[in-house]
Amino acid sequence: MKRRHLVFVAEHSLAIALAVMFLAPLVFVVLTSFMTSDQQLTSQLWPRTWHPSNYAEAFAKTPLARYLLNTVLYAGSATLLMLLASVPAAYALAKLRWRGRTSMFIAIICVMMLPPQVTTVPLYLLWASWGLTGSLWPLILPLLAGDAFSIFLLRQFLVTIPDDYLDAARVDGAGEWRTLLRVVVPMAKPGIAAAALFQFFYAWNDYYGPLLYTSENESAWTLSLGLASFRTLHHVEWHLISAATLLTMLPIVVLFFFAQKAFVQGVTLTGVKG
Amino acid sequence: MSTASARRRQSWRRRLVVLSFVAPALAGLVLFLGYPLLTAVYFSFTRVDLVNPPQWVGLANWRFLLHDPNVRLAAGNTLWLVAVMVPARIVAGLLTAMLLNRVRHARGLYRTIFYLPALAPPVVATLAFVSLLKPGTGPVNTMLAKLGIEGPLWFNSPEWAKPSLVLLALWGVGDLMILFVAALLDVPAELYEAANLDGANAWQKFRFVTLPGISPVVLFAAVTGIIGTLQYFTQAAVAASVASGEATTGGGISSTFGYPEGSTFTYPLWLYVVGFRFNALGYANVLAVLLFVVAASVTMLMLRRFNAFAGSTR
Repeated sequence: MKRRHLVFVAEHSLAIALAVMFLAPLVFVVLTSFMTSDQQLTSQLWPRTWHPSNYAEAFAKTPLARYLLNTVLYAGSATLLMLLASVPAAYALAKLRWRGRTSMFIAIICVMMLPPQVTTVPLYLLWASWGLTGSLWPLILPLLAGDAFSIFLLRQFLVTIPDDYLDAARVDGAGEWRTLLRVVVPMAKPGIAAAALFQFFYAWNDYYGPLLYTSENESAWTLSLGLASFRTLHHVEWHLISAATLLTMLPIVVLFFFAQKAFVQGVTLTGVKG
Repeated sequence: MSTASARRRQSWRRRLVVLSFVAPALAGLVLFLGYPLLTAVYFSFTRVDLVNPPQWVGLANWRFLLHDPNVRLAAGNTLWLVAVMVPARIVAGLLTAMLLNRVRHARGLYRTIFYLPALAPPVVATLAFVSLLKPGTGPVNTMLAKLGIEGPLWFNSPEWAKPSLVLLALWGVGDLMILFVAALLDVPAELYEAANLDGANAWQKFRFVTLPGISPVVLFAAVTGIIGTLQYFTQAAVAASVASGEATTGGGISSTFGYPEGSTFTYPLWLYVVGFRFNALGYANVLAVLLFVVAASVTMLMLRRFNAFAGSTR
């Protein structure tokens, strides 16, 4: 009995200590975002006076609204386009029998594992020859062909749907597309939600892509790219950077809390069955 | 005879149906994998920039690779990160997951808190850490000073910049933790009971039951971790830019790459500089092809365990 209590206390002390360590950096950013510009230069941790107006100031002093709009357009359209091609491809890989299926699946995994820097130069030249550099289009349009990671994730989800449901639809005379849209998609909603969230987060957080294609055209910058240049445009105003930083993270956190279950399931699916 | 032709007609129909599902993805594989890979190899034997068409120069770019001091520095830094960051993240992710699976109360709350930093966009997380670890007035060094310890210069010190990046990566270990939590729960409970009957201690249970049970997930985490670290770009670029305090914006950010003293200068940063600041696209493709060879060999390690990785392919 005694020993069990000790273990209980030890486990929770450890867990609470870890929780404090994980939260501390975020709390620090939140506190800084409410400080005056004088105080953020000192080593004091707690705001002497609270200044929520920093958030409005961050919008007023920088093109934050523009960055936000670009980021929403990039992440939103990337997510929608990704689903159009990825869901059918994942279905064919998970539920249809055809020659070349395994080869294509391996090719998808290879693309997934390919560092983007490998194909950067030829693709940049390609987009430049079409006159699309300087915009976010080179990052959005490729998703018309689907996304390797999303296809992989969706395929992993779809194989878990029992064939009986599909066979029942086929016996009723439904074609493969009808079966996919009427039977599989409704059952695969959590998997589709997870894939959509991952794609949205990826685009929202992307720094390398916008840096590569939009550096020279500030009107196309996203939040990540804008934030990284923020400090230098406006000196060392950490309180404003902190406010903008939290605004960048906020939509991600809100989405996560709404879809936590689908998200955690998605993370688990990307791994292997132990 | 007629049934054979009917069957043939049906199999063609079948193929067209499959094609209608995979055509966009197949086109994508050709356009965004096949084409750029072949072109990258071709370009690596040419002199090419954004204005001029490629000009064949044979092995000149590849020979330059042998005499390029920057590639040695950059590859060294990237290998350092692979050797330290990947194992550190796996160990931390596993320990956090094991703790989480033991705790019986408020597990959901702990899981959310541990996972939250992994959601932070890399630029956001990097900015937070640079300000957290500011040498003079940052909260970490302020607290260390109260304990009578003189804190290091963190992102401003050539010795501490890479370890600071490792700390940043550990802060976002939540994604691996979730992966390990699920894997640990999949280890059959009977195996632990059997080990208990044999009188195994905690370490023996971990070594002979837990670890073999989760080894495919550990392999997966290692391979994806290595691949991810080979392309490590954003955090290194942003940390250097912000810590250096020099005026850099957008495209000009490459002027602070590697600060301080090249200690955070990773391989993808050098590839970016060669290609998009020096406009030497031929040599940039030498670096790209080399990166591809390394990443592909690491991926092979995982594909050899294809069935464990892909689940049932039937």
